[in-house]
Amino acid sequence: MLLARPRTLLGAALAVSVALGLCQQRLDPYYVDVLTRIGINITLAVSLNLINGHTGQFSLGHAGFMAVGGYTAATVSMFAAPHFLPANAPAAFTLAWFLAALVAGGLVAGAAGLLVGAPSLRLKGDYLAIVTLGFGQIIAVIFRNIEPLGGALGLSGIPAYTNLFWVLATAALTVYVVTTMVNSTYGRGFLATHDDEVAAAAIGINTTRCKIVAFVIGAFFAGVAGGLYGHFSMTINPKGFDFNRSIEIVVMVIVGGMGNTAGVILAAALLTLLPEGLRTLAGYSIPVPWSAQPWSLNWIGESRPLLYSMLLIGLMLLRPQGLFNWGRRGSTATS
Amino acid sequence: MTEFFQQLINGLSVGSMYALIALGYTLVYGVLRFINFAHSDVFMVGAFAGMYLGRGLGQASVGGGLLVMLGAMALCAVLGMLIERFAYRPLRNRSKLSVLITAIGMSLFLENAGQLVFGPNPQPFPATFPSRNFDLGQVVISSKDLVVFGVAVVLLAGLQLLVLKTRIGTAMRATAFNPQAASLMGININTVISFTFGLGSALAAAGGILWAYKFPKIDPLMGIAPGLTAFVAAVLGGIGNIPGAALGGLLIGIIETFVKGSPWSTWSEAIAFVLLIIILMFRPAGLLGETQPEKV
Amino acid sequence: MGPAGFDGHELMSAPLLQLDRVTIRFGGLTALSALDFGIGADELVGLIGPNGAGKTTVFNLITGVYQPTEGNIRFDGKSIAGLKPHRLAALGLTRTFQNIRLFPSMSVFDNVRAAVQLHRPHGIRNALWRGRGFHDGENAVSALVMEMLDMFRLTRFRDEPSKSLPYGDQRRLEIVRALATRPRLLLLDEPAAGMNSTEKVELMKLIQFVKDKYKIAVLLVEHDMQVVMGICRRIVVLDYGVKIAEATPAEVRKDPKVIEAYLGEEPTIQK
Repeated sequence: MLLARPRTLLGAALAVSVALGLCQQRLDPYYVDVLTRIGINITLAVSLNLINGHTGQFSLGHAGFMAVGGYTAATVSMFAAPHFLPANAPAAFTLAWFLAALVAGGLVAGAAGLLVGAPSLRLKGDYLAIVTLGFGQIIAVIFRNIEPLGGALGLSGIPAYTNLFWVLATAALTVYVVTTMVNSTYGRGFLATHDDEVAAAAIGINTTRCKIVAFVIGAFFAGVAGGLYGHFSMTINPKGFDFNRSIEIVVMVIVGGMGNTAGVILAAALLTLLPEGLRTLAGYSIPVPWSAQPWSLNWIGESRPLLYSMLLIGLMLLRPQGLFNWGRRGSTATS
Repeated sequence: MTEFFQQLINGLSVGSMYALIALGYTLVYGVLRFINFAHSDVFMVGAFAGMYLGRGLGQASVGGGLLVMLGAMALCAVLGMLIERFAYRPLRNRSKLSVLITAIGMSLFLENAGQLVFGPNPQPFPATFPSRNFDLGQVVISSKDLVVFGVAVVLLAGLQLLVLKTRIGTAMRATAFNPQAASLMGININTVISFTFGLGSALAAAGGILWAYKFPKIDPLMGIAPGLTAFVAAVLGGIGNIPGAALGGLLIGIIETFVKGSPWSTWSEAIAFVLLIIILMFRPAGLLGETQPEKV
Repeated sequence: MGPAGFDGHELMSAPLLQLDRVTIRFGGLTALSALDFGIGADELVGLIGPNGAGKTTVFNLITGVYQPTEGNIRFDGKSIAGLKPHRLAALGLTRTFQNIRLFPSMSVFDNVRAAVQLHRPHGIRNALWRGRGFHDGENAVSALVMEMLDMFRLTRFRDEPSKSLPYGDQRRLEIVRALATRPRLLLLDEPAAGMNSTEKVELMKLIQFVKDKYKIAVLLVEHDMQVVMGICRRIVVLDYGVKIAEATPAEVRKDPKVIEAYLGEEPTIQK
């Protein structure tokens, strides 16, 4: 498969992201914006796919990990870094601090994943979903109550360090980690846990450990994505990491096909572009035979969440395996 | 002391509404082992149905209030049955996850459709039942609390009667216990499930009307918070257990009211979730439920 | 009767698995009562009894799904109380399931590969780094899996989804998957369920082959008398949670208590 030479592919992807990062100034800012959001969403969706798709644990609180990472990274950048950065520090220093902020965000989010996962993962299906949803909400309430972090209004004035390099490199790294992990003999443990926990345990797979590893790694990357998001939109508040955000990511995983990394990447890109497409569409009017005036499509702009929910229901009823799931799962290649 | 009683009365009245909503969750879970995420939004639709119906009333009266409530209950019963028939039944044999996702989608659909159709802003709920205040020394009891509690008790009693004494109630209990055996005994599972959804939705609508009566500003997202709290109540009482749902609702109503009145009030939204997580960690069967060991 | 053996016959080795006065109660129901028996390291023992006798409960106790209310279970001399199923598999105790639990989304190859994981220490770091160690490890795994598939004539199915196999082959695959964990004691839960006469004969040959080739102990829970009597050296009979007999097939067949326990039971219907 594409995994014949994963390290080479990763290298190529990193090279592309460096190139894009360097020539970012010359690109149309609108496209840079969209590409950045696509990259962040890919990271979020692929990391959630590890938990939901590959390991079969239904987590509805992914945005909570994003929040933890976002706030942590912002805290490092805004409150820790200034102590150590002289006023006109060379770019390398700033970059290093940004990297530190992102990694810190990921690590704290990973720790949150452990905290959430360890007690929750003995629950099954519906209950796990509700508990993860609950944890996501609790995280939001916690941040809303922490005044030094801006309370309900959140933090603003986060330095705009995110650029195409960081975003695409993170996305590439996330994809690399998840795919190499899963496409190996070690990775069969996750798939077995997904398929049948009892049978997996009977052949020696520590299903609890698999689930926790998936959770922690998924949470880590969600945290990094949160950090990237914070340094891109320059302000974060608890409302941006709510249940709706978690659902958006879940939709990407479902549309892409649970456990299908390539499909999920495509779905993340498409669903990021969808609002843009809808916005453009909403600006049009179609001529209709029953009226002299063309029929305005601007209702589309208001109805995005409605359309999302209909998409979700329609997918489940008609094509639950996702839009982009064509092949069978079950690779026999040795990587 | 009076503060305590005031809060207690408040808690009981809010708790009775949680109990009504919780019953819907527990009835559906008992019969289908499925958490109907959209239930909280049926509650909201009930309130709005009541609003439109209530506008037709000239003035507040007990009879008028009951008519509005029964009308809303009937409408929502139909809504619930339609949702089950077209969104959930086709997925009955698929994985639990698919139905859960569909339920989430349905919930979002109702919320967003509600925002489009009713408008996102809060709207006033017209007077239905009459309201006055009774002074008992330093404690003021509003007729609202009495009506809410009273109606809830009547509905709960009615439900117990239905489940324990009627044929359809026995059919529901049989289906909850063992669907295959029930269908072999000649029970039409689809009818029972439809009925259960209708019943649960009607109770949610009743809850919605009572809620709107006590807190007369309604909006399309009003179901989210009470719905989640009521769900926790159902789990607290033992999901699938009817008296448990009622008990859970009352308990949580009281706890939440006291927390809201305390210095910790900003954390009140997290309370329900924290409680849920604690229950599921330490006593997943809830207060009145029974543990089910996994058969291998 | 001796602690683990039975009248007159000495076990060739100390028991690999030993149940000592094992009792389990579920609420008011005593599913098993003071059960004593043992299995030697190279024995093929059958466990039979009418429906509801407690056979699957014994299985679930041995494999860590349930914990005994009284008594204890020892594997290789050490108590296995409180050990989770995956730890037991690491110690050499593996089982198959009455309702064949293969991994439906994985291929035949991957089903076995998942089981090989137990004794292959290379884990996440190797998978991520993809260096020499990883590739060597994966090649070794691949070779091992193919060897086993070849030996059990499943090679032609290697890339097929496991659930698409014919029933008898699925059963065989499940046994192969269990073998890939290098067990010392293999527990087979009604492997003949749903099989016709020809398939049963194949199964008997398979079990005998597995036992001889891999030198393992086998505990077989089975309803089908043809299979049990055909291959087991020793049979333990349960009825209402109590051991009522433990002897060779010939002796068990004639034991009045056993006959009485089964009286009124329909013989298992031959397909």
